[in-house]
Amino acid sequence: MSESALPEEPAAVLPPQETPFARFVSEYAESPVAVVSFIAVVLIVAIALFAPWLSPQNPYDLAQLDIMDGRLPPGAKSPEGWTFWLGTDDQGRDMLSGIMYGLRISLSVGVGSAMIACVIGTALGLIAAFAGGKLDGGIMRLVDLQLSFPAILVALMILAFLGKGVMNVMLALVIVEWARFARTARSAALVEARREYMEAARCLALPKWRLVFRHMLPNCMPPIIVIGTILVARAITLEATLSFLGLGVPITEPSLGLLIANGYQYMLSGKYWISFYPGIALLVTIMAINLVGDQLRDVLNPRLKR
Amino acid sequence: MTTWMLRRLIQAVFVMLAMTVIVFIGVNVIGDPIEILISPDADQAERARAVAALGLDKPLWEQYWKFLMGALQGDLGRSFVFNEPALKLIAQRMPATLELAMTAVILSVVLGIPLGLYAGLRPNSIGGRTIMGASILGFSLPSFWIGLMLIMVFAVQLGWLPSTGRGQTAELFGVQWSFLTANGLAHMAMPALNLALGNIALVLRLTRAGVRENLPMDYVKFARAKGISPSRVVFVHVLKNIMIPIVTVVGLEIGGLIAFAVVTESVFAWPGMGKLIIDSINVLDRPVIVAYLMMIVLLFIVINLIVDLLYTVLDPRVRLETKE
Amino acid sequence: MGAMRWMAGAWMLAGVAGLPAGAAAQTLTLAVAASPTSVDPHYHNLGPNNGLAHHIFGRLVEADPAARPGPGLALSWRAVDETTWEFKLRPGVKFHDGADFGAADVAYTIARVPTVKNSPGSFLLYTRSITAVEVVDALTVRMKTRVSTPLLPIDLTQVYMLPRGLGAEPATEDFNGLKHANGTGAFRITAFRSSDRAELARNDAFWGKKPHWERVVYRMIPNDSARTSALLAGDVDVIEAVPTQDLANLRGDKRVAMAEAVSLRVAYLMLDLSRKDGQPFVSGPNGEVLTTNPFQDVRVRRALSLAINRQAIVDRVMEGAAVPTGQFLAPGSLSYVRDLEAPKQDIAAARKLLAEAGYPNGFRMTLHGPNDRYVNDEKVTQAIGQMWSRAGIQTKVDALTWPNFIGRASKQEFSAFFAAWGITSGEASNPLRALVATFDAQKGTGSANRSRYSNPALDEVIARASSITDDAARGQALIAATRQAMDDVALITLYQQKNIWGMKPNLRYVARADEATYAEDVTVAP
Repeated sequence: MSESALPEEPAAVLPPQETPFARFVSEYAESPVAVVSFIAVVLIVAIALFAPWLSPQNPYDLAQLDIMDGRLPPGAKSPEGWTFWLGTDDQGRDMLSGIMYGLRISLSVGVGSAMIACVIGTALGLIAAFAGGKLDGGIMRLVDLQLSFPAILVALMILAFLGKGVMNVMLALVIVEWARFARTARSAALVEARREYMEAARCLALPKWRLVFRHMLPNCMPPIIVIGTILVARAITLEATLSFLGLGVPITEPSLGLLIANGYQYMLSGKYWISFYPGIALLVTIMAINLVGDQLRDVLNPRLKR
Repeated sequence: MTTWMLRRLIQAVFVMLAMTVIVFIGVNVIGDPIEILISPDADQAERARAVAALGLDKPLWEQYWKFLMGALQGDLGRSFVFNEPALKLIAQRMPATLELAMTAVILSVVLGIPLGLYAGLRPNSIGGRTIMGASILGFSLPSFWIGLMLIMVFAVQLGWLPSTGRGQTAELFGVQWSFLTANGLAHMAMPALNLALGNIALVLRLTRAGVRENLPMDYVKFARAKGISPSRVVFVHVLKNIMIPIVTVVGLEIGGLIAFAVVTESVFAWPGMGKLIIDSINVLDRPVIVAYLMMIVLLFIVINLIVDLLYTVLDPRVRLETKE
Repeated sequence: MGAMRWMAGAWMLAGVAGLPAGAAAQTLTLAVAASPTSVDPHYHNLGPNNGLAHHIFGRLVEADPAARPGPGLALSWRAVDETTWEFKLRPGVKFHDGADFGAADVAYTIARVPTVKNSPGSFLLYTRSITAVEVVDALTVRMKTRVSTPLLPIDLTQVYMLPRGLGAEPATEDFNGLKHANGTGAFRITAFRSSDRAELARNDAFWGKKPHWERVVYRMIPNDSARTSALLAGDVDVIEAVPTQDLANLRGDKRVAMAEAVSLRVAYLMLDLSRKDGQPFVSGPNGEVLTTNPFQDVRVRRALSLAINRQAIVDRVMEGAAVPTGQFLAPGSLSYVRDLEAPKQDIAAARKLLAEAGYPNGFRMTLHGPNDRYVNDEKVTQAIGQMWSRAGIQTKVDALTWPNFIGRASKQEFSAFFAAWGITSGEASNPLRALVATFDAQKGTGSANRSRYSNPALDEVIARASSITDDAARGQALIAATRQAMDDVALITLYQQKNIWGMKPNLRYVARADEATYAEDVTVAP
């Protein structure tokens, strides 16, 4: 999807301090769509985690595949007697197993890169906010620069030079994502810095790092979590697009994006299932994450409170 | 204002320099352009000749130095593949990408704002909810997949629109444009819509959020109290206020669209810059990759500048100096 | 907003103006799968460039659809002695600008080939053996060669003739700008937009058969699905390189007619022989480091070949768009070995050979291949990985983009890789010299021998075979050399691709072995 297919960044405003977790939950649960989405996300994560035990086949083991089973329609029987519920791709890979394993790759790439980017970006954002002056200016200049270039282009360049592979994709995604975390963390921290508890902490002459990481960070988390959720969805889409362009993950361990790309060639010849089901899986995953992120933002952003 | 512009400019030059160094090293790391360009039949003597002909036998720093000297005189090198100046190649492809991106921008504004207004004014109606749901879908669908679906339905199944390519063009200001002919427009419809989808969703959501934030505000209440008609309140007062973030984002998105055209152009075989860069990466045509990146950096700096300037025009409270 | 209103106005205007009518009469729109990079016929020796150039320029010797040399701008040729070829030129041939074609143009062309600036792939390859061009009379030209060069006429099927009127060192840009695009071909070029389209107009003064088409729109659509859908949507009349995954459907579709021919492109596997001790991507059955290179043993190479089910790859992955093979060329070639059949899959025999070679439990290895270069490259690579895994060799598959792949393959970084080779000359001398002969920069042999296979005895057989001028005798010698190379499993040949064209049902195309798409060979069905 489009580049900054991001909703506007959450304002760096905190939920009132006294809001307990229960209140957050009940507010979140106000939207049935959001609840369904949350359940969907939990289910998807569970499927991805337990794919090796749930899937009928290990789609990454070439010895278990047979091209003679290739391109079978949904519901066809395997030679061993079990059913390819979602059909097979051109290599004879069971699509259901392929999607389960593909979810693993897509989610781990998406979540993994977002987490690393989150750690790096948040740390830099906090440092910028706390240090101020030249360091702040330098970091923020870098952030502006990074954000002024479209992620797809930067990722494309990085992968063109590094070659494909899960690690390289993650690296590319981290490079394009850290800046958003940094910006969010910095603006949240600037708001926090003016609060009384920070004044109090400063008066106690606590060490700086303690001040930042023990006291400031936890209070900056809500906007970072919101942006993180959305960036996970974006990372998954980006990975799929990169795989589609032939620069993503390796062919024998396809992610959802690569499964779609592989099936893409068969769309015109009516073998829709190779591309269609992974497409649906990708769509549901990204939509669910986006909807959760949407509700999180609404709940955590008091300006939108009714 | 001038210092601010100057600073931007220096920054741009620095970024471009860094870019060129990265590309020079990157291309060198990834592979040997000769291996890709040369005929498979070529023997070792022919290979050595080709390496020398492209200047690739020199040490990397020397190649880079030569490039820098050329760049200072406005010469970004010749494409290894086409044996034409890289800048000329890019300039030839640019109109195709620009018109696609501009059409996408127009589509996203023309469709996004009315839908967003509706969803913002009636957030709990079925229509409003449907629009919001669809907008999430707009974000979530990978655009390459949508592109193929569009081709499947409108070109292959229904036969309404041509599947790929740019179609007929007509000349305006010495450049060939597709939007001037009916055939060209028909060719442009699907890729432009495909490219615009994400942005329609984005503009829609921005508009909706803006409406929802502005409606409870005092000035709206005052305007209503003064007896101004509700439609005038929305279309004049509220819209004027929410235009600022929309203009900013749409402006910034032009760059994103031009970059994302890489995917759309690949799917629809649209002969623009995006396709050129993908092809160039595939054959390691270093001069074109370098020139393209430099152009993109320049383009982005210009876009950001224009957006910032527009911002001051639309919102007099913002002064450029404060941005420092 | 003002600009928007203006744009909308322009849109509407354009809608009213519409298309010029009648442009469709005798216009052929064809879609090629790869973009020519230049109109200069000597700039870059590349299939797509040569394909477009054919429409505009002419060659002394033209290859027929089965890749056999035949008269072009030369009517006949003979070897005067060991190192001299004489060509009799076709009388009455004119360039597009009206100038006569003659011997002086041939001399001009041969002299021009090495002077093309910045050429990344020169045609010098085909003319380097020529030491002097002698203009005997207006229609007779003699070429002296350094050593006996029996294949010179075949080499000249690659070199397009230019008029001497272009003067000293015509620039590639002026060809692309169409100023210099002046040839003897059946069409003139009227527009060239790289990576998009070229437009051609019939040359009514052409010496050969007059093409049916007054205008040709030569579109470039590298994307496979896009090409098929352009045909199905009726945007183009003919497409080349029909994607294999659409074959089954298109064959049953009344909107489409097909034409196919077995190509000169052979898919093969190479096993690294540059190392004696160990391999970067091979380890023992349990992952332990190997200190030997299993591929040095011909029994292992044979076992790997026997473990492959070529027919299954052809049927299931290539969807019938290939022919299984155990040698370089398909039947019909001068050097086809009649009794050398494609090896049948025999896993038991493969396991036995592995055991004899000292690998009863097989080994682990990685097979590399490109993912964007050849038809179904990464799918075939995976299928081979499956088959080897089932024969006891636990195989991983890694598919890389071409720049990445070929750079590393050329540095012997892989243990085994998949690739394909297009045999432009149509006989085995070319793959034997390039793929099998020992890598030797001085002699120019083994230029694509990335496995570094080396067999001095075979080198000699190959060298001797390729210097025989008499076709029949050379054919026999090449057959012997091919047999020896295949017996020693110098490389594992898999299949020959088929070239497949798709077109509107009222059209016919003479399918070619060399993958080229020529507008004049597209005819309307009677």
